[in-house]
Amino acid sequence: MNYNVEVKTSLKKGMLNPEASTIEKALALLNYEVKDTKTINIIQFTLDAENEEAALAQVDEMCQKLLCNPVIHDYEINISGE
Amino acid sequence: MVIIPGGFSYGDYLRAGSIAGITPIINAIKEFAQHNNPVLGICNGAQILGEIDLVPGVFIENENAKFICESKQLKVNTTRTPFTKLYDKNEIINLPIAHKEGRYYTDNLEQLYDNDQIVLTFEDGNPNGSMDAITGVCNYEGNVVAVMPHPERAVEELLRSKDGLKFFESFLD
Repeated sequence: MNYNVEVKTSLKKGMLNPEASTIEKALALLNYEVKDTKTINIIQFTLDAENEEAALAQVDEMCQKLLCNPVIHDYEINISGE
Repeated sequence: MVIIPGGFSYGDYLRAGSIAGITPIINAIKEFAQHNNPVLGICNGAQILGEIDLVPGVFIENENAKFICESKQLKVNTTRTPFTKLYDKNEIINLPIAHKEGRYYTDNLEQLYDNDQIVLTFEDGNPNGSMDAITGVCNYEGNVVAVMPHPERAVEELLRSKDGLKFFESFLD
């Protein structure tokens, strides 16, 4: 079965995120006062797998091996049937 | 000896060094390193060595989110590696840096101090926001060294410094 997969990766809580702080400063230039700005990367793809559990296991492995670096990232996997 | 040079392998996509880190040659480099052979990663090479866990920690986006290209004063913290043995311990040298992803981060800083794994630190300030101004580390054994500054760009007076030459002379010694 085909599954739609979405992987969200973000820097671990408390880690400095220069991209987010640059965006926050730029928003301030436009007089928007915002706080706690974060950036999250989203990677989407479709995957053929026996069932949802097998799909999840594969995607989790992808995260460990390539999509994330466990030293700095948290990740979230969302899977839905096509 | 293996030297992994600087560059922007695979466009720095995902994370600097991450895609190079899963290419076929990496297994050969890991095996080479396991046999206590000398491996040096410079700039993007250092990022790759962090990604494949041959050295502890990673090099991530600079604190100010800018590409920094300038000559920096550095301290050689350890002389036990095959690339730093001709320096004096705590010798101050000048090498250029040229990176946007050079901020050193580790979740186990103590380990570096306990095992003498800090190779280079910034001596005059901390341009990229690295933990404890660290900009070069080695593995536990000391044979794998990852440095963000460029010793190969400081090997003769014409280049304004030849302080990097001993990196390579150390290996030949």
